[in-house]
Amino acid sequence: MAHFTKATSLHDWLNQRLAIDAVRRVMATEYWIPKDINFLWAMGMVLAITFAFLLVSGIFLLMYYQPNVKTAFDSVNYTIMTEVDFGWLWRHVHGVAASVVFLVIYIHMFTGIYYGSYKKGREMIWLSGMLLFVTFSAEAFSGYMLPWGQMSYWAGMVITNIFSLGDLHLNGLVEWIRGDYVPAQAFLNRFFMLHVLLLPLAIMGLIGLHFATLRIPHVNNQEGEEFDFEAEAEKYKKGDKKGSKVIAFANDFMSKDMFVVSIYLIFFFYLVFFHYDFAMDPVNFDPADGLKTPTHIYPEWYFLWSYEILRPFSTNIGLMAFGFAQVIYMLLPFLDRSPNAVPAHKRGAFKIWFWLLLINMIVLTAMGKMPPEGIFSTIGFFAALSFIGLWIALPIITKAERKL
Amino acid sequence: MRELKILAVVVVFTLITYYLVEPFAHSHMHKHVEGEGYAYADLPALDKKGDAARGKELVMGAGACTGCHAISKEGMPAGMDPTMAAQSYGVNPPDLSNAGAVYEGKFLAALIKNPAHALMVEHKFDAAKGKMHPMPQFYGAGGDKDQEVADMVAYLQSIAPKTEELTSEQAYQLACGRCHENRYAGWTQIGQTPKFKKKQDELKFNLAKADYQDALTKYMGKLPPDLSIYIRSRGEHYIKTFVENPQAYLAGTAMPRVGVSPEAMDKVIEYLEDSGDAKRHERESVGKKVMIFTLVFALFAYLWKKSLWKELH
Ligand code: HEC
Ligand code: HEC
Ligand code: HEM
Repeated sequence: MAHFTKATSLHDWLNQRLAIDAVRRVMATEYWIPKDINFLWAMGMVLAITFAFLLVSGIFLLMYYQPNVKTAFDSVNYTIMTEVDFGWLWRHVHGVAASVVFLVIYIHMFTGIYYGSYKKGREMIWLSGMLLFVTFSAEAFSGYMLPWGQMSYWAGMVITNIFSLGDLHLNGLVEWIRGDYVPAQAFLNRFFMLHVLLLPLAIMGLIGLHFATLRIPHVNNQEGEEFDFEAEAEKYKKGDKKGSKVIAFANDFMSKDMFVVSIYLIFFFYLVFFHYDFAMDPVNFDPADGLKTPTHIYPEWYFLWSYEILRPFSTNIGLMAFGFAQVIYMLLPFLDRSPNAVPAHKRGAFKIWFWLLLINMIVLTAMGKMPPEGIFSTIGFFAALSFIGLWIALPIITKAERKL
Repeated sequence: MRELKILAVVVVFTLITYYLVEPFAHSHMHKHVEGEGYAYADLPALDKKGDAARGKELVMGAGACTGCHAISKEGMPAGMDPTMAAQSYGVNPPDLSNAGAVYEGKFLAALIKNPAHALMVEHKFDAAKGKMHPMPQFYGAGGDKDQEVADMVAYLQSIAPKTEELTSEQAYQLACGRCHENRYAGWTQIGQTPKFKKKQDELKFNLAKADYQDALTKYMGKLPPDLSIYIRSRGEHYIKTFVENPQAYLAGTAMPRVGVSPEAMDKVIEYLEDSGDAKRHERESVGKKVMIFTLVFALFAYLWKKSLWKELH
């Protein structure tokens, strides 16, 4: 058994039992981060904070929400919004955070793509990140079912229908997922369970994994420069902080993160209090009605690009394209055949590819919301084809890239 | 500098995306109708000056208004309870105590002369085809018909509360309440839901309400929706322009043009905000405080960063 001495302070007492000094060193004061980074490297922290907001506001909402098709709508729109003190605040924080988290995820992902932070040892960071993206998507979708409004019901209907897989006619699978022929009580109950238990657990586990994957490769830097972390850390510890290429996670990196977070919070709370409609679709303030199909059914904005890849084609081809879109980002580290892990602006053709992909995603997102008619469905069709084309071109153009 | 450039790129792409999926997409998805300021330009102006005392005689006498409508303020009770009235007329003829404040004067005049025309429901009620509107036209009491109508309008205006004194409840209950329930405000078509002492009373109330709604559904073709949170699902602009001319949005709809005055409509909106967005004042005041807090937080975060990074650069 370990040897314990009489503690001289609470700190010492804890230190003997939990080695808090060592933990602090490993996790914070001697966890090395490259110095040459910009505010985009704070997006991970912004995501962590936003997730914390979602968790806390969700716990408060959970105290009054009722997962019952008869009472769900009023429990949210009346009880929480009117009767519960500050219930409206928790709801708006939750709703806005759920939408904004995707904006930040997309910024975070495209930062990773731009700087090539998904290869040369960072593949696991990327893969765990994509798993987070998938679970967040499921979390957002299941949460959207809970107020049991018109969009909850009809988006639930449309999305679960996808699982019949076109001409395979897997109606049994769709009914199994719904627990009924149409979205009803069983459906609401299971999505409630997924939303408040299983998926948040998975997300927390995945965030842990994501952080662990950062440990060995370290985060990338603005120039994609490779250097010896041990040697730079020695310099820093000897006091040559100016000359060293690394900084400590706490408090150096932390202080910058917190500044970026504070700017983000100004934006976030402005949306929460003064501009929340974009995150809480008006159509969902009509109670679910299985007999009345809304004129326009569309998913939340962050799913629009993949919805638009499904929509312009005939059912079977659309489903294949949709399946392609769901997995293709996962494969990015393996489709990029270039030996260089540097920012896009140093990589020739890849730079063009990056901006085309970004613009393509925005066009798809916009067309996904438009009614599928006339010029908009033509644009959507070509944008969907371009999306597939871009990803097919990726291995070819990166293979041709010269080693820097 | 470089960070600001990157920030500008992120912001520009975010705003473009926002613009495309919100204002741009919605402008294509929904018909936009400009408000007309409740001018009811298609109806003739009310240029005769009415005499309230003569109007009172007409309303109680030749006009026969009180045969169907209560005027509780003048001690004229309703002839039947709301449910029975709905079963006779399709909908409960509203109490006219506040009508002079809620409805535009020239609309009232047009309504008395020809209800189906003023209410814009001639597609449903066509006297020539034997489909009579439940509220009869006023054919005159022997004198100058326009003068008689002006007198009745003057009377209704004389007993009504002044515009500033009209409450949001009064406005909603008269203008919309006979058709639209508002469960978050406790309003039903047969009146405010009381606190029940006995189970029997509750059952009786609910039975009367269900019977009313059945009659109303038969009359309208469908049950008018509960407006509890229409302020969130439709928004102020839509509701205001829809009420002004329902046919502009839903051609052939059974919802009549109710002919409210602009001031009364603001009261109706206030009522809908109280039921559907009850905490809006609290939201604004808390919002301001939180914004100030985050700005101060940002300032301190900046100073902290600055002090640590001095040694790093
Ligand atoms: C035979 C019964 C009957 C008589 C008589 C009658 N009304 Fe009506 N009135 C109704 C009914 C029924 C309605 C509701 C119609 C509807 O909503 O479709 C109504 C509606 C109204 C409204 C509300 C219109 C709106 O814009 O929503 C006013 C104001 C009104 N009546 C005034 C009068 C006046 C003034 C008279 C006398 C000149 C009169 N009524 C005579 C049955 C009657
Ligand atoms: C005489 C009955 C009647 C009165 C009075 C009435 N409505 Fe309606 N209203 C209806 C009916 C019926 C519908 C359903 C229309 C349809 O779907 O065709 C409706 C629908 C509506 C809608 C929904 C429109 C949509 O887009 O689905 C709104 C909003 C509305 N009414 C607001 C009001 C307001 C505000 C008032 C009072 C100022 C009012 N109504 C007075 C009968 C009425
Ligand atoms: C809520 C979800 C997420 C959280 C909380 C999170 C958190 C973090 C944190 C704290 C970092 C380190 C700091 C930084 O570089 O920003 C990081 C890095 C990274 N994340 Fe995420 N992340 C999430 C989702 C994702 C997703 C969806 C992806 C994309 C597939 C992703 C890919 C990456 C990559 C590639 C890095 C390394 C960046 C570099 O090396 O420069 N992450 N993440």
